[in-house]
Amino acid sequence: MSRIELKNIVKKYGDGFPAVNDVSLDIADGEFVILVGPSGCGKSTLLRMVVGLEDITSGDLLIDGKRVNDLAPRDRHLAMVFQNYALYPHLTVFENIAFPLRLQKGKHSEEEIRRMVHQASGMLELDEHLDRKPSNLSGGQRQRVAMGRAIVREADAFLFDEPLSNLDAKLRGQMRTEIARMQRRLGITTIYVTHDQVEAMTLGDRVAVLKKGILQQVASPRELYEQPVNLFVAGFIGSPPMNFLPARVSGSTLHLPHAEVTITGDLVEKVKGKDVVIVGLRPEHIKDATVETTPEHAVHFTAVVDQTEWLGNEQYAYIPFDADRAVRDKLDELDRELDGEGMHPQLIVNLDARSRVIEGDEADLAFDPALMHVFDPESGDNLTRDDEKAAQIAKDSEAQRRMALERAKKREAAKGGAA
Amino acid sequence: METNVSDKVKTWLGVASIPIMVWTAIPLLWILATSLKSTAALADSTQNILGNFWPKHMTLDNYRLIFTGGASDLFVPALWHSIVVCLVSTVISVILATFCAYAIARLDFPGKGVILTTALAVSFFPVIAMVTPLFNLWRQIGLFDTLPGLIIPYLALTLPLSIWTLSAFFQQIPWEMEQAAQVDGATSWQAFRKVIAPLAAPGVFTTAIIAFFTAWNDFVFSSNLTSENARTVPAALAYFTGASQFEQPTGAICAAAVIVTIPVVILVLLFQRRIVSGLTSGAVKG
Ligand SMILES: Nc1ncnc2c1ncn2[C@@H]1O[C@H](COP(=O)(O)OP(=O)(O)OP(=O)(O)O)[C@@H](O)[C@H]1O
Ligand SMILES: [Mg+2]
Repeated sequence: MSRIELKNIVKKYGDGFPAVNDVSLDIADGEFVILVGPSGCGKSTLLRMVVGLEDITSGDLLIDGKRVNDLAPRDRHLAMVFQNYALYPHLTVFENIAFPLRLQKGKHSEEEIRRMVHQASGMLELDEHLDRKPSNLSGGQRQRVAMGRAIVREADAFLFDEPLSNLDAKLRGQMRTEIARMQRRLGITTIYVTHDQVEAMTLGDRVAVLKKGILQQVASPRELYEQPVNLFVAGFIGSPPMNFLPARVSGSTLHLPHAEVTITGDLVEKVKGKDVVIVGLRPEHIKDATVETTPEHAVHFTAVVDQTEWLGNEQYAYIPFDADRAVRDKLDELDRELDGEGMHPQLIVNLDARSRVIEGDEADLAFDPALMHVFDPESGDNLTRDDEKAAQIAKDSEAQRRMALERAKKREAAKGGAA
Repeated sequence: METNVSDKVKTWLGVASIPIMVWTAIPLLWILATSLKSTAALADSTQNILGNFWPKHMTLDNYRLIFTGGASDLFVPALWHSIVVCLVSTVISVILATFCAYAIARLDFPGKGVILTTALAVSFFPVIAMVTPLFNLWRQIGLFDTLPGLIIPYLALTLPLSIWTLSAFFQQIPWEMEQAAQVDGATSWQAFRKVIAPLAAPGVFTTAIIAFFTAWNDFVFSSNLTSENARTVPAALAYFTGASQFEQPTGAICAAAVIVTIPVVILVLLFQRRIVSGLTSGAVKG
């Protein structure tokens, strides 16, 4: 049980390269926080600083209000699952899990250690593998051993570094729900690093998006999705990613490659003086007007579909377009930052499965302009972000988190009472 | 380690390895055969079979000669010297090298490269070039013909070797092993003792055996820096004499050679199970 506070944390490696730059993050007791970002953005570095394996160049790290910058890892009472498990190959599964307990000299009797290990192994379904060596286990089993070693000790917080990255899709899904359930049940503060969109969106109470060592936005998955603060976050969260379209500004009209949108209110003021802006549209917000109902004020447009992919429950259509020279560089840069493939710009549309659009056809499409984001091409800031709405989402998800914790505690108490 | 080699390839590899095994085994067998020959059989090929190879009548005379007979004054003490000198220098060298290699593999400190290069440079020196100055120095400071007088040069011989092999070995052990132990609540020393040391054991044993052999087989230092009180077996063999001036001590030398090979064989048999590679497999994913 503990609250972890990061205050202006900076990490510079020997070569002076700031791997983590001025990150501040306040993680509440029992909260599940996800760290995401492209490869090399400093996620592992941040986690290793929290656990004490990496020196903090400047800034303060507080656990339960106590500054722990200079504490050795063993004195921080945190449990970590490493990016590559780091099991002890010379010890059996039982001894691997018992390892942290045996190090707390005299604290646990042999009897107690056996009970605690069996409790953990039971939960992770490792009972029949306790006498085996890690080298004889499958990837998923090893991962569970690593997990067992972390949870057996009553640590103050869990730190996970891409623990599921090596598992196949099915096992990953299974372990994901297992982790979520365990975290709620134990109510332990957790920091979880991942590359995976689904893990980021489903597991976390809050998600922190990092780019080149700089924290972009910390918010609930829903807020990140609906109210991203900038281009980077908008492009990083969501799969398939948000479409970015160049738009010429003339007064209160935005000229998109295929459509024209009339804007109102504050936005007109905000885009004033700019030649072009970048418009963000999620693939699922664009509909096939022939099979789906669209709101009255929807913007209709037609475009030639280059390619379609039918997946049974949904369907993707790809529509290429020419990016405006003025924003071309910005979009290319964004693509690089997001580890993109540098493809020709195209609009991805997530159509209803019933849609009968065929490749080469002119499709009749529509979108609700209220769901559109407008970004400043220079700074990348989201000009349509609604702070009020964002605050509301944050409040809701915080309430949800508390309720979930409460529920898990009650269920646990009921179980304890019955036993 | 499992490899996907088909049975056919295996058979061919087996066949191909036979000449190599014969090639290496014949000189050793010849020494054994010679050690079992009587003085007469050594000079007379008609008393042997397989074209002078194996004696028709085996005898342990040569062994008796070196253990209880005329050559025992020379051989038995030499055997003890060999054992003591080699064990002591191996133990010291492995312990020192373990700490040194651990530091080299794990810590970042100025002068790391210098240590490794120096170690390498030392082993470049031809041994024979060091012997004469050492001989003079040892005589002046009273180390000539003493056991420490041999142990010290043997350390100089085996330490660089041990440091190189061990640091290569330590570098293979994933860093994260140790970090995981620290996160699990271990001190640096506990992490070393409970995680790194067991993982490093095969490397340490391999190094120990190499160090032991290097010292055990040395002739140059032993023959130049000792006379009676510290002479080891390889040097002592050179001082064997036959029963008469005209008789070569071939049989006795071969018997002694067989005897000094025995510890080597025992060591290898004893530790070959510990020298298994791939002990760290399963530590990390992938
Ligand atoms: N020991 C080191 N010395 C110097 N630079 C380092 C070191 N470790 C990491 N870095 C740099 O710090 C940056 C962040 O690395 P980090 O391992 O935290 O990335 P990450 O976000 O975990 O990436 P991934 O998703 O690929 O695991 C990288 O640019 C990397 O080059
Ligand atoms: Mg990483």
